[in-house]
Amino acid sequence: MKERILAAYDPFVLPFVFGISFVIGYCLLALFKVLVQLSPADRRKFALSLITPSTILKNLRDLFCDCLLHVKLWKRNKVLGYMHSSIAFGWFMIIVIGHIETVLYIPERLHKLYYPIFFRFFMEEQKQTLQGSFFFFLMDFFLLIILSGITLAIIKRFRSRIVGMRRTTKLTLTDLIGLYSLWAIFPLRWIAEGFTAGVAGGSFMTIPINWILHSFMSKPENITVAWWAYSLALGTFMTVLPFTRYMHIPAEILLIPMRNAGLPVRHTRKGFTLAMLYSCPSCGVCIDACPMGVQKKNVQDATVYMVRNLKRRNQRRSLEIAEKCLMCGKCASLCQVQMDACGIRLAYRTAQEKKNNRLPADFSYLNAVTPQEVGEEKVLYYAGCMSSLTPVISRSVQRVLQAAGVPFELMDRDGAICCGRPLLLAGRRDEAQQLIEKNRQLIEKSGAQILLVSCAICYRIFKEQYDLIGVEVVHYTEYFNRLIAAGRLPLKNSHETLVYHDPCDLGRGCGIYDAPRQALSQVGQLVPALKEREESVCCGGSVGSLTLRYEDREPITRGSIENLTANNPEQIVTACPLCLKTFGRFAPVPVRDFAEMLALHLETNKNDTK
Amino acid sequence: MIDFGYGLTPSATLRIENVQNPLFEELHRREPDVAKCIACGSCTASCSAGCFTEMSLRRVILSLQRGREKEILPMLQHCMLCGKCQLVCPRGINTRHLILSIGKVYGPADQKEEVRP
Ligand code: SF4
Ligand code: SF4
Ligand code: SF4
Ligand code: SF4
Ligand code: SF4
Repeated sequence: MKERILAAYDPFVLPFVFGISFVIGYCLLALFKVLVQLSPADRRKFALSLITPSTILKNLRDLFCDCLLHVKLWKRNKVLGYMHSSIAFGWFMIIVIGHIETVLYIPERLHKLYYPIFFRFFMEEQKQTLQGSFFFFLMDFFLLIILSGITLAIIKRFRSRIVGMRRTTKLTLTDLIGLYSLWAIFPLRWIAEGFTAGVAGGSFMTIPINWILHSFMSKPENITVAWWAYSLALGTFMTVLPFTRYMHIPAEILLIPMRNAGLPVRHTRKGFTLAMLYSCPSCGVCIDACPMGVQKKNVQDATVYMVRNLKRRNQRRSLEIAEKCLMCGKCASLCQVQMDACGIRLAYRTAQEKKNNRLPADFSYLNAVTPQEVGEEKVLYYAGCMSSLTPVISRSVQRVLQAAGVPFELMDRDGAICCGRPLLLAGRRDEAQQLIEKNRQLIEKSGAQILLVSCAICYRIFKEQYDLIGVEVVHYTEYFNRLIAAGRLPLKNSHETLVYHDPCDLGRGCGIYDAPRQALSQVGQLVPALKEREESVCCGGSVGSLTLRYEDREPITRGSIENLTANNPEQIVTACPLCLKTFGRFAPVPVRDFAEMLALHLETNKNDTK
Repeated sequence: MIDFGYGLTPSATLRIENVQNPLFEELHRREPDVAKCIACGSCTASCSAGCFTEMSLRRVILSLQRGREKEILPMLQHCMLCGKCQLVCPRGINTRHLILSIGKVYGPADQKEEVRP
């Protein structure tokens, strides 16, 4: 190997140099902006995490798995996974190998930004060496991988169903420029390297190109044209990158360590949230994921469009989108960058309420409510306010507890004080805090050590916001499952087919998927729903949505029921009063509560409760 | 006409639909459901705040329609937004959004300009 162009420069590198300098400058400015916008405490937390060995390891692993290999996407969709990781990993390897070659053969040129990228243009091969052909092979191999990915991407753009997506995002003009220049980069590189393959060497991809068009290619003026085209494509891509969805590539590199540092979403488009918004590659997975998508008009309210509107500061649309969402969390659990879709919407709602609400809550009447004396040996049962509309739940819970011989006390016999989550979801954080404080006192002063909850919504806020000292909060699905495991609940199996619905706040919200299934398998035969666990479909009744109207909730509920009854179960079982009530309106088969199901199958059961 | 010294007085009936009620109109613009209420009282019967206070969403809506918000605003401040009224309302009214909207349209600081985050 020796240098062919002794000046180590040719004007064609200029578009690339301009593009790369621009993108690096832009990213540094953006990084500075994000860091300045963090609160001082968050900034300290972030800095500290960057020097904690365990977090460093985690960061490296996540950077490798998420940014380069797209492991999450692979798990979800093999074709999409291959498409993204082939381009990202292939490109990364080409850059790395280009640098290795420069270091090995001509280290004095390493300081030139463009040299490793256009290595083949500047160098020539004097005699074939094994080491040389090894690199040629690697380069061509990764080029082939990238080209296969690009081919898939082109097919996907025009026929999204082939890769298994129903809907894909609409692109903006700059996105399109970015997209086409990205598509152009690698075929042009192939051709450009094909031109020089005769002198600079090549492998199975580039040499054949050189053979095919030998006479045309050996003309020096044609060579420069090909390299100009390649450099122009690179330069265009990098110059428009900050204004397109491809900004997700640099943004994700920042997002991953920030996320691993445990920073919370505090603002609608500043600091951590800004990094998160720009990390979204507009993949569109959240569009198909959203249960509201059963109606076409709601497609525009999917998370990817929330991100887009927030970035563009479109306040009117951002507000609509923030208020409509069911806060079911499905899009977030499927999102490859773990976009905190609900957290950002909640921040929006909270800011909005803080500024516009003129009627502050007055909960002084709750001062009259005094704690009960319960004692350590008893379980304190909080049915939640919604359960008073579904009395079957609290009745069944009490029957099961009696059957198992567990002493208990009802916390809300004379009407429940709401757990506060509905207020929180409406953006009234301070008001919710008042209810939380009141309930916390009532619970802690009661002296009970176990708080049993039969509402998924309550359970989530108890777990996340209450900070109860000396009290264990358990959801009844977990608690009854424990009783069964301990042999304290004799049940008979009726072998009816059941499908279990994962309530959003219990499953995605608190990660409880197995306990209810284990318990239910003792009383019937569980059949799977079409989509379940992390992908379960919200019942549509969620208190998370502020603006969805009754007429627009019905199609969501019907869609969810359709998903549940795909395998023709005889009954639907759920573990949240709200889902029970919502499904009950439209389900073609009986809908039962988890506790009701157990109570109906107690060994000692004489007459059924309905 | 013979003047008897007395005559017919014009009707003293107040026609509510002729009364200007811009605040209510603004509320109706934000949450059209408010016009659907049939004053059945299901919401009041199931109200969580109603367990402890006088809170009655039915009365709130009726009073607002009559432009008598002063009487009911303190009561509305007791609402916990739990959403039970929404579940029982036979007219499918989005009561939580209605209550949130009332908080933005009515309220003591009437002059305050609406600002968005
Ligand atoms: S929010 Fe997540 S799922 Fe939605 S487009 Fe962005 S990256 Fe994809
Ligand atoms: S949280 Fe649920 S309802 Fe909201 S956008 Fe995501 S999937 Fe749709
Ligand atoms: S979460 Fe829902 S059901 Fe549970 S107490 Fe609060 S409002 Fe009632
Ligand atoms: S949301 Fe308010 S008005 Fe409706 S039932 Fe709950 S406390 Fe009562
Ligand atoms: S339940 Fe609905 S229709 Fe009945 S009074 Fe309340 S808001 Fe009106």
